[in-house]
Amino acid sequence: MAEIIQSKKALAVNPLKVSQPIGASLVFLGLNRSLPLMHGSQGCTAFGKVFFVRHFREPIPLQTTAMDQVSSIMGADENVVEALRTLSEKSKPDIIGLVTTGLSETQGTDILRTVKEFRAAHPEYDGVAVVPVNTPDFLGCLESGYALAVEALIQTLVPASACVGKRPKQVNVLASGMLTPGDIEAIKDWVEAFGLRPVVVPDIGDSLDGHLVEAEFSSLTIGGTPRAEIEAMGESLATLVIGPSLSKAADILKERTGVPDFRFAGLMGLDDCDAFTQTLSEISGRPVPEKIERHRAQLQDAMVDSHFMLGFARIALAADPDLLGMQVRFLSGMGADIVAAVSPHRHDSLASLSVDQVIVGDLEDMEKAARAGGAQLVMANSHAADTASRLGLPLLRAGFPQYDTVGGYARTWVGYRGTRQALFDIANLMLGQHHELEPYRSIYWTDDRDGVGQRHVVTSTAAGLVH
Amino acid sequence: MKASEIQALLDEPACSHNTKEKSGCSKPKPGATAGGCSFDGAQIALLPIADVAHIVHGPIACAGSSWDNRGTRSSGVTLYKIGMTTDLSETDVVMGRGEKRLFHAIKQAVDSYAPKAVFVYNTCVTALIGDDVEAVCKAASERVGIPVVPVDAAGFYGTKNLGNRLAGEAMFKYVIGTAEPAPAKPRADGLPTYDVNLIGEYNIAGEFWHVAPLFDELGLRILCTLSGDARFHEVQTMHRAKVNMVVCAKALLNVARKMQETYGQPFFEGSFYGVQDVSNALRDFARLIGDPDLIARTEAVIAREEAKAHAALEPWRARLKDKRVLLYTGGVKSWSIVSALQDLGMKVVATGTKKSTEEDKARIRELMGEDTKMIDDGSPKALLSTYHEYRADILIAGGRNLYTALKARIPFLDINQEREFGYAGYAGMSELARQLALSMESPVWSAVRKPAPWAQGVSGAVLTA
Repeated sequence: MAEIIQSKKALAVNPLKVSQPIGASLVFLGLNRSLPLMHGSQGCTAFGKVFFVRHFREPIPLQTTAMDQVSSIMGADENVVEALRTLSEKSKPDIIGLVTTGLSETQGTDILRTVKEFRAAHPEYDGVAVVPVNTPDFLGCLESGYALAVEALIQTLVPASACVGKRPKQVNVLASGMLTPGDIEAIKDWVEAFGLRPVVVPDIGDSLDGHLVEAEFSSLTIGGTPRAEIEAMGESLATLVIGPSLSKAADILKERTGVPDFRFAGLMGLDDCDAFTQTLSEISGRPVPEKIERHRAQLQDAMVDSHFMLGFARIALAADPDLLGMQVRFLSGMGADIVAAVSPHRHDSLASLSVDQVIVGDLEDMEKAARAGGAQLVMANSHAADTASRLGLPLLRAGFPQYDTVGGYARTWVGYRGTRQALFDIANLMLGQHHELEPYRSIYWTDDRDGVGQRHVVTSTAAGLVH
Repeated sequence: MKASEIQALLDEPACSHNTKEKSGCSKPKPGATAGGCSFDGAQIALLPIADVAHIVHGPIACAGSSWDNRGTRSSGVTLYKIGMTTDLSETDVVMGRGEKRLFHAIKQAVDSYAPKAVFVYNTCVTALIGDDVEAVCKAASERVGIPVVPVDAAGFYGTKNLGNRLAGEAMFKYVIGTAEPAPAKPRADGLPTYDVNLIGEYNIAGEFWHVAPLFDELGLRILCTLSGDARFHEVQTMHRAKVNMVVCAKALLNVARKMQETYGQPFFEGSFYGVQDVSNALRDFARLIGDPDLIARTEAVIAREEAKAHAALEPWRARLKDKRVLLYTGGVKSWSIVSALQDLGMKVVATGTKKSTEEDKARIRELMGEDTKMIDDGSPKALLSTYHEYRADILIAGGRNLYTALKARIPFLDINQEREFGYAGYAGMSELARQLALSMESPVWSAVRKPAPWAQGVSGAVLTA
């Protein structure tokens, strides 16, 4: 059980937190022919767009209601109606995600009513689904905004029904914001290996995986979960819920459709992966395929091989709650010491983590805890690069955003193979940290024991096991 | 090298193995032999001499498979880490160009790296085709103006152990006694300085640096360590020491014995593993030097260091107490590590005695009790069945057995020369304890022993071995 410590600073230094509207927008970027519309000033969207573009290295469709001084004071409902109309007319999207921001929330916008106004004024666009989500940035973090959007999506698009298993091979997968496109792909393969057909919501593995397409330009997402699939979630055999942040969304889905669900806090590490595999086997009634057994055995081998490097390794973590939890379980399962666990936002799931404390704070809090705990490795987003360099430690990039490397979004963390690769990478970073004993020079030695101008002195780069 | 010369080396009068029943220096058995060759042994013994160019004369396999995998450390020059081999080609072998190539190789090494000396290691192929390495070294030495020492320890001569000896032989024949040490600077504290040598200490992972400060403090100047963190010049001056210590291996006993015969230097055998052994080693130095004041100061240092070591080990003791160890190392190391483990409150349930004499075995019984299992068969299968039979908690052995253990889902500690952690000295004990705890306490063992959820009920059996 972890003690949750709220950092009580007036000033957030080197923030770890990413806002809720960003998280909510990410969900709509994982749906097909969709686009997020941020209800706020144009800056809210511009920053968000740059954020996603740098992380995914993809063009990102993202629009704004462009609130200005007058509409901020006098009411911006017209902006919303106008924006919805313009987008419907110009881009003909299947789904528009109407995401609020700190500005519109402070102003007191009522987006549900505004959407009704739009529907009344423009019945010609009834074919365009509008999903309103309240995501002020003065609450939560990326993951919680993401979760709110998934909840809204289900409430808006999934009809109440009682036809569980009408599509007997279909399973719903509610995918947490901690999952990368690489993760989603791996999960789909995993589910398909049991002859099941996954409907992943949202499916950024299909839309943001980074693939060249014929179309030179699109104002909407290309790929992602199709709207029709979302609407048919009630006909699935089961729902797999990945990430504690989605438990409310799962509750809503279950209540509306009666589809039984199976919840997983994460999919990293042997236990997580075994639980998921076992569930798939039970749902499908099929034995575990040999290939998966093989991957499991490979992971076990990597675990024993790398336990020398990960055992007692002092690791500092900073991530949103779902990701942090998954990392903590995985690393403690390898015998590592988590000397700093920092989350930008409080979530119930944090309390059950097997660390002494979780700090709700920023990267400065992580830096302090890492220094105090004598950390040897940092896992956090790209913002922690300077933090890690000040600490003199290697950084394994995980979470949002990752802008100073290429391909962070494509990395697979989950599953037997993703876990194995993470083990290798962490073990290698630890090897690079091997602490050599300080040479002792005898008082009896002369200063020129090794002569002058030693051109063959090569500093040792040979990496050994970690101290 | 002539067969009679090899036989003479195997007949080491100072070695207790020589008079007792032994299995150590016996002929390797085809199809049932593990462990390194003489070339390997010679390299292990001499490579740590840091300012020497170590040239392996032969085709690529000998150097290619072994260079840069030794755990020894230098406090300064690192020339020894640069891999050098004549890398003979088929034409060289067929046309007999090996000698010429070696000559040029020596010259190139001297021109490029300005070593203090060159050691040339003979290998199987060059020994077989009859390259006269000794003659080439002699000619090259005249040409390049620095000592060029032939180390004639081709792999087929025999075991790693023999290779150690051959290397020691080469040092005794060509190097030791060829230069005088500089007089020791007077100490600031006015204490006398006594010169000593360590033979068979390889400074693995820099572990001797845990111990070296105590020598300085006591006024024991280490003229030379053969060969951890050594320099060529120091090896030349070894004949001037008052006492030699043979560290933890019988392999270089020949050097110590010959030095006793030739220079009248007394020697003793000891180890720096385990609190008790370090203290004993320091005591033996003082005793053989025979200075009453040194003896008193040594006792004071021992008392202080033991107290410190025991305090540092206290938290580990609680975690390691009563844990059961299966130890598999060659010969003497068995009992020197045993005392280290017992210092930690651990129980050694079985130990390898393949290379041990009856005397060693008696000592093991005395240390560990009569019911200790002695293992002669070091095959992975035998080790694992002993491990399970004696309900051990960890296997301590050489790196060769590392993956045997891991594949069998068994905690492991590497004790051989490739390892990366220093366990010697009072301070090394904490590191040893930490590494033991790290592997034994790792949660991965229960994770990988547990069957998959879907396998439960089907097989149910937990995987063993």
